[in-house]
Parts: sequence; C-alpha cells; structure tokens
Amino acid sequence: MADQLLDAKGLNCPLPILRAKKALKDVAVGGTLEVLATDPGAVKDFEAFCRVTGNELLDSKVEGGIYQFLIKRTG
Amino acid sequence: MEQNSNTKRMSMIVTKGSLDWAYPPFILATTAAAMGLDVTMFFTFYGLTLLKKKLDMSVTTLGNPAMAMPMFGMHMAMPNIVSVIPGVDAAASAMMKNLIKKKGVASIEELRTTALESDVKMIACQMTMDLFEYSLDDMIEGPVVGGAATYIENATECDINLFI
Repeated sequence: MADQLLDAKGLNCPLPILRAKKALKDVAVGGTLEVLATDPGAVKDFEAFCRVTGNELLDSKVEGGIYQFLIKRTG
Repeated sequence: MEQNSNTKRMSMIVTKGSLDWAYPPFILATTAAAMGLDVTMFFTFYGLTLLKKKLDMSVTTLGNPAMAMPMFGMHMAMPNIVSVIPGVDAAASAMMKNLIKKKGVASIEELRTTALESDVKMIACQMTMDLFEYSLDDMIEGPVVGGAATYIENATECDINLFI
C-alpha cells in the first residue's frame, strides 16, 4: 500500500506528470506514491520522469485500461 | 528549486500566440521544471501575448493545411479557402477549446500558473512591447523585461535551447 494515492485518470499529457510532481512533495523521503492514469503515454513518461529526477519507479502495470505507477521518493 | 552546477537548464524562445501554438512551450516548460530543470522562457513577437492577464487565444485554418478536426466520426480537413468564410476561425477555436476540455488536456491558464509556481523564469521582449504598445501592466506578475542579449547569455548556460 502506497503512502499517497494520486488519481490522474482522464488527464492528458503533461498533467499526470505535473500532478505527480506536486503530490511527491507531500510524500516523505523513502515513502511511496501510487499514480492511477488512463493516458497510455504516461508509461514512457513516468519512466523518463523517474530516470531524470532520480525517484524510483518500483512498479508500472496496466489493469483494465488503468495504468498504475508506484514511485518511491528518493530525494 | 535546488540551484547547483548539476542542475540541467532549458531555455525557450516563444514566438507564437495562437491557441494551438501556445501548448508546446508551456507543456515543455512545466514538464522540464517538474523534472528538476531550471527553465527560462523568452516571449517575443506574438508569443508575448501569452503573458497577457486575460488570454483570448484562437486558432486559424489559414496556412494550417495539416489541421483536421474530429467530426462525425471522421476527420474534417480545413482547407485554406474556408478561412475566408466569416465565423470559421471562431468556430474552429470554439471546437478546439471544447475538445481540450473533453479530452482532459490542461488549459493554457493552468499550465501558465503551474509554470510560475515552479519558478519558470519568464522574460518579456522589450522591443516587442514597444512595437505592439504593451506595458508590463498588461501582463501577469512574474515576467521581467529583457532583450536579445539577455536571452543569449542565458542560452549559453543551457543544456537545451528551443525556438517555438
């Protein structure tokens, strides 16, 4: 279970990333944020976002058309 | 934002002020800022209007041959000739604003506010302000006034420089 949940369903690029960035501020270092999205472009975008920001993408999966990302805040 | 020598930097020259062309610079600026980059936007010519307090952007079908609107389950082409019909550009603008809302795309106002909140630096081109008779009073709070040399100095320190 993630420490915070962000529902970004129905939002299009770049809103899932922008909302996730904002939500991560409320996550303690070492804590996790789960993001739900319906934008297929978010898959590659969250990978890139985490690579550049240094946050860790613990999990990325799709279930019933909903993309789920689990991000660990590292700094 | 943390400011150290490892922080990547991006600059952008924003030259266009129509609704469709307003998106690339604000999407890229907000995303880059979210990814930890230090971002500067230089607004010049028609791009300067994107700093106005009240935005009233539109799209035009003129000189926009690739523009096609989803309508009746197909894509309707917008040939140049239709732009002479009164009301076509207004209708196309209304249609695009409607699509933007329906498809969960951010408004330019929201992206601009996010950019300011993420410390994106905005420079308003002084020459354009003189040319088109704008003053900082017409603009949102945040932009500073500068010119080509201001931009160039900034660009020499950037990892990414875009002209949009």
